[in-house]
Amino acid sequence: MDTTISIGNKGKGVRSDCSVTLTITESGGINLQIDSKVKSLFGKQIEQLARQVLTFYKIENATLLIEDSGALPFVMAARIEAAIRKLITTEKEFLLPMLDVNLYQTTRERNRFSRLYLPGNTPSLMINAGIHHPDGIILDLEDAVAPDKKYEASFVVRNALRNLDFYGTERMVRINQVPRGLEDLDYIVPHNVNLILIPKCESANQLHQVNERIEFIKTKHGVKGNIWLMPIIESALGVIKSYEIATAATNVVAMAIGLEDYTADLGTKRTNEGNESFFARSQVVNACRAAGIQPIDSVFSDVGDMEGLKNNVLRSKSLGFDGMGCIHPRQIRVIHDNFAPETDEIEKAKKIVIAFFEATERGLGVVSLGTKMIDPPVVKRAQRTIDVAIKTGKLNQNWREVEHVS
Amino acid sequence: MSAKFEKNALGRLVPTEVNGKSQVPYQGVGKYKPTGRKYAPPIASCADYPADGNKIVPSLKDALIKSGLRDGSVISSHHHFRNGDLIAVQIFDIAHELGFKDLVWVPSASFECQSSLTKYLEDGTIHHIEGSMNGSLGRFTSEGKMKGMGILRSHGGRYQAIQDGDVVIDIAVIAAPTADPFGNATGDRGPAACGLLGFALADSQYANKVIVATDNIVPFPCVPWQIHGNYVDYVVVVDQVGIPEKIVSGTTEITKSPDRLLLAEMTAQFCDETGIIHDGFSFQAGAGGTALSIGVYFAEILRERGMKARFARGGSNKYLVKMLEEGLVDYILDGQTFDLEGVRSMRENEGHLNTSPFTSYNYHGKGNFATQVDVVILGATEVDLNFNANVVTHSDGVLLHGIGGWQNCLFSKCTILPIPLFRDRIPVIRDEVTTICGPGELIDVIVTERGIAINPLRTDLIEKMKNSNLPIKTIQQLKDEGEAICGIPEKPTFTNKPVAVIKWVDGTIIDTVWEVE
Repeated sequence: MDTTISIGNKGKGVRSDCSVTLTITESGGINLQIDSKVKSLFGKQIEQLARQVLTFYKIENATLLIEDSGALPFVMAARIEAAIRKLITTEKEFLLPMLDVNLYQTTRERNRFSRLYLPGNTPSLMINAGIHHPDGIILDLEDAVAPDKKYEASFVVRNALRNLDFYGTERMVRINQVPRGLEDLDYIVPHNVNLILIPKCESANQLHQVNERIEFIKTKHGVKGNIWLMPIIESALGVIKSYEIATAATNVVAMAIGLEDYTADLGTKRTNEGNESFFARSQVVNACRAAGIQPIDSVFSDVGDMEGLKNNVLRSKSLGFDGMGCIHPRQIRVIHDNFAPETDEIEKAKKIVIAFFEATERGLGVVSLGTKMIDPPVVKRAQRTIDVAIKTGKLNQNWREVEHVS
Repeated sequence: MSAKFEKNALGRLVPTEVNGKSQVPYQGVGKYKPTGRKYAPPIASCADYPADGNKIVPSLKDALIKSGLRDGSVISSHHHFRNGDLIAVQIFDIAHELGFKDLVWVPSASFECQSSLTKYLEDGTIHHIEGSMNGSLGRFTSEGKMKGMGILRSHGGRYQAIQDGDVVIDIAVIAAPTADPFGNATGDRGPAACGLLGFALADSQYANKVIVATDNIVPFPCVPWQIHGNYVDYVVVVDQVGIPEKIVSGTTEITKSPDRLLLAEMTAQFCDETGIIHDGFSFQAGAGGTALSIGVYFAEILRERGMKARFARGGSNKYLVKMLEEGLVDYILDGQTFDLEGVRSMRENEGHLNTSPFTSYNYHGKGNFATQVDVVILGATEVDLNFNANVVTHSDGVLLHGIGGWQNCLFSKCTILPIPLFRDRIPVIRDEVTTICGPGELIDVIVTERGIAINPLRTDLIEKMKNSNLPIKTIQQLKDEGEAICGIPEKPTFTNKPVAVIKWVDGTIIDTVWEVE
């Protein structure tokens, strides 16, 4: 067994992260060395945290070097814990108190226009992800993490789920391909993950395995609440099996297509026009609609080309997709603007919602607009249109007051 | 050091004497009004200058000797070449070679290319710096290694100090991209073109001796004569005054960082919703990536509404020039030119005017331009709960930046600081800033990616933003939010030795920089 281990990131360009090098020794007590760019402001707190984690694992003799580029406590704790658990065998987890604001649940039918991928081992990209208000963030344990960093990434992802505020976005994690991905579930299921993405999905059975493991962990940890699934179709076989996958379990709320792997599987190249994936995309949309879940499109990889992204979104929407992935925060606005309801839809929704409020105020059981009766699901859909319009900046949040005044 | 200290109007402990001169503690905005007459340089006579107008001497060394360089001389230089300056270091190389000691350097700003001057601060050639101490010079100062006490002034404060005689410059060395033998000089052309030379205006008017150094000598007359040869004693022709690619500074591209773009977008939206952006409005945005992006958003809004701005103040760059040439703004009132497009525009566009710290910023004058600007976008390293802000030291106490025009710009009709709530792990909103550079009463809005705080004094802005979708919060809420993420930082520890003072725009001392432990 190794006696020295290095975990984390350091060097030029690394921010909000740290590298820890741990050697467990036979004697000599704790030898702690802190090399931090914020040492004059946080040196004592860094030392305190390091000693707290070491004590938690009953390590009395060790040399610990922390090379810090301004890591937040949840990152540093993850790094130190990962190093320790690489050297000693233990099931114990060092957990900082869960933020209360992170205890929210998401609904099956919520908007999933945009979901922002965040590499699981790069904390600097996670910290401000929520302020860009994507519908969801994806802490990625799969392709965005190098194979030799997957172990340490799971600690960062777990701690981010507990201690980082994503400001109400849906908290998603992309696990590794099943069966490797089943192990990832231990790090996320007890920590209020809202939705799990299952990559390279090719059978209903893979989802059954995931759900079985989720149920096992939920029972073990007394976890309540829903955990939604979003399988990703990334192969020719996956496309063929898409309906089977979409209907594999009741907690599948959406299904996505991943075009990089899919086009590679077809033996062709991905183009902006997307003719090569037309069939696959339509098939996924059809399977989703038949199953009553949301079809979600692939990412658009050229982060500098906003016009290309816009065209891509419009094409996506016209094919029937309800959302798509993004790999850069600047893409979120373009995606929302173009998936969002158009002006005439918003105007219609406003009339319905106003009619609903007036009916409620007058104590009427029936909502009507002119001579037309409005059914409750229509009101609900209109309210959702309004919510989306506000969220995408197309409508003022106090639109009723503002418009009454003017 | 047995300096005496006094608490100023902001409760900050400041020395009553700096480098042997007695000082006035800060008294409040607009409170200190000195009387008397301005400083004047000695009367000169044409009888002492060549009738043919040729003031060329063989070398900078000759010029310095002829100008009476001696122990304790006060020598000034300007920073229009930014990090491409080749002249300032040469001055002190010469002074060192000649064995002079205890010189005072009065740059309009210092840059990393001048960091080698630390060796002259160490060996006693230079006694102290009055201007700005950036990067390594700042660190050197903070470590208490400078013999005298540093004095930091704003661009306007520098003009004020020279005009009022707070600083008496013995020798001004004005590096010029183009000049004639009489000493007329311009910055808008020549191999080292830098736009304008406004920061050297006070030096030319008030220094006892004035040397113009150029690498592009033209026959009389050099037009435009941004610097009048009638103020100049000697002209020196050198191989190269500045490195062109370093004159154009790297901070003149709009940011690509999504977080900063968000800040810029929120700021522009704030200005739009409050009605600050209107037909005929005026603005100033600095040179940083975020500020430049805000200018770009302003342009978009103006274009969409078919409106235009009356003037934009501040450092010019290609984005401002594009606005000018597109008709989105009538005038650029340029204080320093940040890129070659700015330099070109200054030569070609009638609406592109060069200004100086006298016209834009000087507080001891009959008004200035900065107060007339509708909105100014500035940065800060820290802000406190009373909206007092810091631009010179970092939270670890180390002096790293100059003031620039920052203090002077605070007098605009609305001052907005778009800043991230924390940098790495360091929260920006503090109980108390390390160094106060600007009083909170002049700072109106703090825009962070997690919320916008409006100064409670600005009830008008608070009222206007009542129904906004933007996240309006109190500054206390922002502070709490930042500390919840980062933790509460410890305070840096200082010795009781002052290493520099921060002058307010009226020449009083607003705060002290202390030696770091």
